[in-house]
Amino acid sequence: MVGRAESAAHADGAPDSPLVIRSLTKSYGSGRPLVLKGISLSFAPRGVVAIIGPSGTGKSTLIRCINRLVEPTSGEILFKGRDVARARRRELRLVRRRIGMVFQEYNLVERLTVMENVLCGRLGYVPAWRAWLRRYPQTDIDKAFELLDMVGLADFVHQRADSLSGGQRQRVGIARAVMQDPDLLLADEPTSSLDPKTSVEIMELLAKVAERRAIPVLINIHDVMLARRFATRIVGMSEGAVVYDGPPEGLSDDHLRTIYGGEDWLS
Amino acid sequence: MNAAVRQAAFRPNWAARAGWLLLAAYVLYAAQILDLSWARFVLGLGQGERFLSRLFPPDFHRWPLLLDGLVESLQIAVIASALGILASLPLGLLAARNLMPWWVSTPTRAFIALCRSFHPILVAIVFVKAIGFGALAGILALMVASLGFVAKLFAEAIEEISMKQVEAVRATGASFAGVVIMGVLPQVIARFIGFSTYQLDSNLRNSTMVGIVGGGGIGGTLFAAFQRFDYGFLCAILLAIIALIMVGEVVAARLRAMFQ
Repeated sequence: MVGRAESAAHADGAPDSPLVIRSLTKSYGSGRPLVLKGISLSFAPRGVVAIIGPSGTGKSTLIRCINRLVEPTSGEILFKGRDVARARRRELRLVRRRIGMVFQEYNLVERLTVMENVLCGRLGYVPAWRAWLRRYPQTDIDKAFELLDMVGLADFVHQRADSLSGGQRQRVGIARAVMQDPDLLLADEPTSSLDPKTSVEIMELLAKVAERRAIPVLINIHDVMLARRFATRIVGMSEGAVVYDGPPEGLSDDHLRTIYGGEDWLS
Repeated sequence: MNAAVRQAAFRPNWAARAGWLLLAAYVLYAAQILDLSWARFVLGLGQGERFLSRLFPPDFHRWPLLLDGLVESLQIAVIASALGILASLPLGLLAARNLMPWWVSTPTRAFIALCRSFHPILVAIVFVKAIGFGALAGILALMVASLGFVAKLFAEAIEEISMKQVEAVRATGASFAGVVIMGVLPQVIARFIGFSTYQLDSNLRNSTMVGIVGGGGIGGTLFAAFQRFDYGFLCAILLAIIALIMVGEVVAARLRAMFQ
């Protein structure tokens, strides 16, 4: 229940907000159309936020701007008070290591084992030679075992990532993100490659992470039902702009028509 | 009736047909110019027969000389492979266009292309002239060859990796070294081992040749035997080289299988 209604209200950024986005725009190349048309959002210190909208509307671009996998064209992204959009290399790395990310196609390093993939989450903290020699600090290794236990993959520690099923891979992806000890979790269509039952399990896991760690989790998602079920706040996007921002109960068919267009699909 | 109206399933490619015809015509023309005739071939056969009969039996009398040359060749090949392959790791990385900005990858690619542009024997001649006779010249020549081959293929392998996996590692806040070690290398290391064993194989072959131009190894002994018409010894050397190459091939195959 925390900060649901007011989170939408104080889009200009409250002091306690870990993530504030101001007038964010993105265009892939000058002269190309804007994919994001001045997005301003502010996020509460905890809770699942679902970002919904049709394909190609800039949801993925928005998420990727937050950890600068995509370079924003203009605007500010304040993460714990620091402007990510202007962060230089080292500063950017320090920001990134506190932002976990879960991907649609899991993006595990296929030829590494489950354990090695999870420990990738420590690369922002651990010097590269330790990773090279697999000499991670014992505390990291203990934590990795703990997380693998939490996501239900304790028996798969030494398996190579390419031998896992989609749902198992996404669990590894989540464990890797949580391994970063994040203050924010981004998920880019985390369930789009999964079957309905697994999708629910993955969403449950993400919600659990949000609750246990008390951090905001931003999820791009196609499935409106899943969004309604798990999110405490829904952001609806259409053509690069926010057209709905509020609690799931407030999301009406009218809103969905504005977001997705048409209406035949709503019946 | 229906079938008659239907158009042909495959269009004749007149340009390709003309191309093949031209190629055939040129081969005939060139053979004419070089005086490649049946009579010349028969003449050559007669000479070949005499040569072969003088090769046998092989003469292993001076086996210490043979062994020395062989061992030196082996050392040249192993040292050149180790150093060349080691150097091509960073070089290949710098040449990969998906990881490096163009102003790094382009000069690196140019350097690699330069390494590849001459046959190892030509490079060996240059090194022999530059730093004098001996194994060092051979080693350097084969190092250049290894760089050219392994670095180029390594760079190409890196350019084919999945950037999604790299993106995910980058998103954890990993340093560039971290991204390379955990995101890039796992995707290419098996192929890199493959290239390296092929290069070891090839270096072994070439190390028996650099000696002909003064680069050390069995090649010098071989060339001397040729010039002194010491055909028995020549045959012994050739047999020894064949044995060496075969052993090398088996070892390389084992190495590849180990890292699959």
